[in-house]
Amino acid sequence: MTKRHRIVLAKMGLDCHDTGIVIVAQLLRDHGFEVIYLGLHNSADAVVKAALQENADAIGISFLSGQHMTQVRLLIEAMARQRMQVPVFCGGVVPREDAAELQKMGVAEVFFPGTLGPEVVARVSGVLDRGRAA
Amino acid sequence: MNLVDDLTAGDRRALARAISAVEDGGPEAAAVLAELQSRVGKAAVIGFTGPPGAGKSTLISAYITHLRRAGRSVGVIAVDPSSPLTGGAVLGDRARMASHIDDDGVFIRSLAARGHLGGLSAAAPFVVDLMDAAGFDVVIIETVGTGQSEVEIAGLAGITVVVFAPGLGDHLQAIKAGIMEIATVLVVNKGDSPLAAATAAHLYAALHLNAGGHREVPIVTTTATTGDGVGDLAETIAGLLSVRPPSPADAPRRLRRMLAALAAENLKEKLLRGTNPEIDSICDEVRGGRLGLAEALRQLARIA
Repeated sequence: MTKRHRIVLAKMGLDCHDTGIVIVAQLLRDHGFEVIYLGLHNSADAVVKAALQENADAIGISFLSGQHMTQVRLLIEAMARQRMQVPVFCGGVVPREDAAELQKMGVAEVFFPGTLGPEVVARVSGVLDRGRAA
Repeated sequence: MNLVDDLTAGDRRALARAISAVEDGGPEAAAVLAELQSRVGKAAVIGFTGPPGAGKSTLISAYITHLRRAGRSVGVIAVDPSSPLTGGAVLGDRARMASHIDDDGVFIRSLAARGHLGGLSAAAPFVVDLMDAAGFDVVIIETVGTGQSEVEIAGLAGITVVVFAPGLGDHLQAIKAGIMEIATVLVVNKGDSPLAAATAAHLYAALHLNAGGHREVPIVTTTATTGDGVGDLAETIAGLLSVRPPSPADAPRRLRRMLAALAAENLKEKLLRGTNPEIDSICDEVRGGRLGLAEALRQLARIA
């Protein structure tokens, strides 16, 4: 038996466009990840609690609705309350000018529209492998 | 304080970490296993199995609502398949149980089967022990979506609920050997389908055709999405549990199953992927007709 990367993927708030995140789930699965998909309409506390129960190595969230700044802030606050320290990945329809602010909040990687599959896998793996080596 | 002390004291984070430790088989796993055995045997273990898409996760979620109303705390182990090609997995069961996330009396953990056949993962019996030791009154195991012969759950759970959906087969499917035979309770879910009554009738007929006197297996029709019939299911399970409550003999039985699964997997891994010269030579000897199968198996078991 070997250790595998476990990542929780979720949609937060009222945003119900899940085509992208479901594709990412499949992509990561095809690269050996165990993906725990929480589905739609999760609160920040729900995502953090699920990630704790799953002992996840990372959290990935995706937005189309333009709520990313608000929801990411809520998620990072909930993680701090629960003393959870894992990398957060954020993707979807996120304007490039928001990336710096998201990263300042603590997001490890931001994926813009048009990011190719292999790049998503490489950047997510890169962050997790660096974390494991540390 | 060690991990087992912490999780017994109600630390959910310790429970989550201990599950990973046993799943990954790291150095912590052996210590956790040793600590655990004196603290298990209290939880009622209930398995839910059945074909993919029958509504197992949704039904479990509705059943949890009933258990919570009765004041019982619930641990859930939700197993989904791993890719035979990449080892990856999409674990989606808990998405159907999202309404319980704010409830501290419910703990849900997704497990990937990680190459284990039979409907569970090799570590699943151990995770049952961990949840038992963590004090959950009821531990629910959801198997992968099963076909006809993944019957492993029956050896692990005290009660096995086999969930069917209407329209998956006729009366011939209902009399085949395998998954039908391990049921302590049969459920026809999606009871709002026009085919539900016919499916329940096929199952009833299959059970009662048995010439040697029929087995009393309750058949319950549910509609998990609306909650219809779920109260009946909860009552049926409670009735069965009162006849056969959890016993201290359950935990040693689980341990034995886990060791059997791990030993088999360990040997398989070595045989299929290893580059062990001793194993190579045993295989050559068998191929050359110089070594009998029984003796080869004895030698292989010693190497593993």
